[in-house]
Amino acid sequence: MKEKDVPQDKGIYGRWHGINYAVDEEGNYVLTPSSGWEPANWANRQAWDLLDQELAEVLEEVRKGRRSPLAYHMARSLMDVKMLSRYTGLACWRVKRHCKPLVFKRLNRTLLERYAKIFKMTADQLMEVP
Amino acid sequence: MSNPSGTAFIHRQSAHCESGSTSNLFSNHGVNISEALAFGIGAGLFFGYFPFIKVHGLPLITFRNAPGRIIKNTARRLKVRFQCSKFKDPEKAMDSLDAILGKGIPVGLQAGIYWLPYFPDALRFHFNAHTLIAYGRKGNDYLISDPVFDEPVVCSRDDLMKARFSEGALAPKGKMYYLSGIPGEIDLPRAVREGIKETCRMMVKTPFPLIGVRGIRLFAKKVRGWPVKYGRRKAVLHLGHAIRMQEEIGTGGGGFRLMYAAFLQEAAGIMDNKGLLDISRRMTDAGDKWREFALFGARICKERSTDGDNFDRLADILHDCGNREQTLFKDLQEVLR
Repeated sequence: MKEKDVPQDKGIYGRWHGINYAVDEEGNYVLTPSSGWEPANWANRQAWDLLDQELAEVLEEVRKGRRSPLAYHMARSLMDVKMLSRYTGLACWRVKRHCKPLVFKRLNRTLLERYAKIFKMTADQLMEVP
Repeated sequence: MSNPSGTAFIHRQSAHCESGSTSNLFSNHGVNISEALAFGIGAGLFFGYFPFIKVHGLPLITFRNAPGRIIKNTARRLKVRFQCSKFKDPEKAMDSLDAILGKGIPVGLQAGIYWLPYFPDALRFHFNAHTLIAYGRKGNDYLISDPVFDEPVVCSRDDLMKARFSEGALAPKGKMYYLSGIPGEIDLPRAVREGIKETCRMMVKTPFPLIGVRGIRLFAKKVRGWPVKYGRRKAVLHLGHAIRMQEEIGTGGGGFRLMYAAFLQEAAGIMDNKGLLDISRRMTDAGDKWREFALFGARICKERSTDGDNFDRLADILHDCGNREQTLFKDLQEVLR
């Protein structure tokens, strides 16, 4: 890649830059800042679109009363049952069970706060979905 | 805040987190090595296609060796002593970090990107093998030199603690390391030679079909089959995933191939070996070929014009990459002899 061909397509880096290795006129390598490259931006958007779509599906289920708000907050934080179980120190089967609306409704305050802390919110916010 | 050489900590932005951290860590101890040099000595260049390891449900495709190997290899080959520790208790891990920082020694940390608040939202996935350097502390904030950012940043104690104890694949478990002894003389040419030799071995001498050039060929074969095996929608997902692994963060372009070409160029000077310059140019061409794969791949997905032919063409590009690297690394072994 030539120095002058280093792409500057704004996208995933926000206000920051990435570094591309490119050659100058004499063929020497130089580190060149880049504000992004469209193929990489596209691939990143695709990954987020998929996650957004999955989140919307979970939200729909929560609203229909098939799953608990915990399932929504878990998906919003890009976590799965296994990861959340590691963070809380609870067994997988318990986390899975807490994703059921009826079980979740009866959870005690201590457990709710344990989950809320991971998501950086209060126990009351944990009960709500948008 | 100063470094062990007695000057202010020098932050140099780099393309990739681990090779950049290695370069910054060594340079602040008075062993001035560029990112490309650290990457080459650390034998960072690699290819691996591991369908049985899933990342968000998609196969792991990697263009670099295992996390932590670059710093380890570089320290070993330069005969620099380095201390590395892991922790169970987050508070203890932070205290230990404070103790080292108190002596004015910068510390390398493994961290989960998701918990680092200074990262742009678009990149905040649960990726646990990020590397950064803490070089000081002001009250509740740590001064962080994150090599993939333009400038040093700050991170609160709480956030840094969370990041150091993120969970999931490759969990850091508070891993930290620092340099504890620099030898009087650094034998750079020898380290470079050893680094190159290891990379050549991984790329062309391995009997394992999923890695090196054989891995690239296998990957090409799989890409050819995606539209039939998965249907259009999932084939596009797989392709996007491959492009992300290759270009998204910190590869310097072309899945590290261009950075490696820069390394070979520098190595030619260090070893006084003109033959390496020619190999470096060919490595640049191989890197550009990988970029072509990403460019063409993204285009056919966006234009929705894909049919089997397009994936065939993608596979051909990959085969070309594999062939180029095959001859390139064989010649590289010859040049070193």
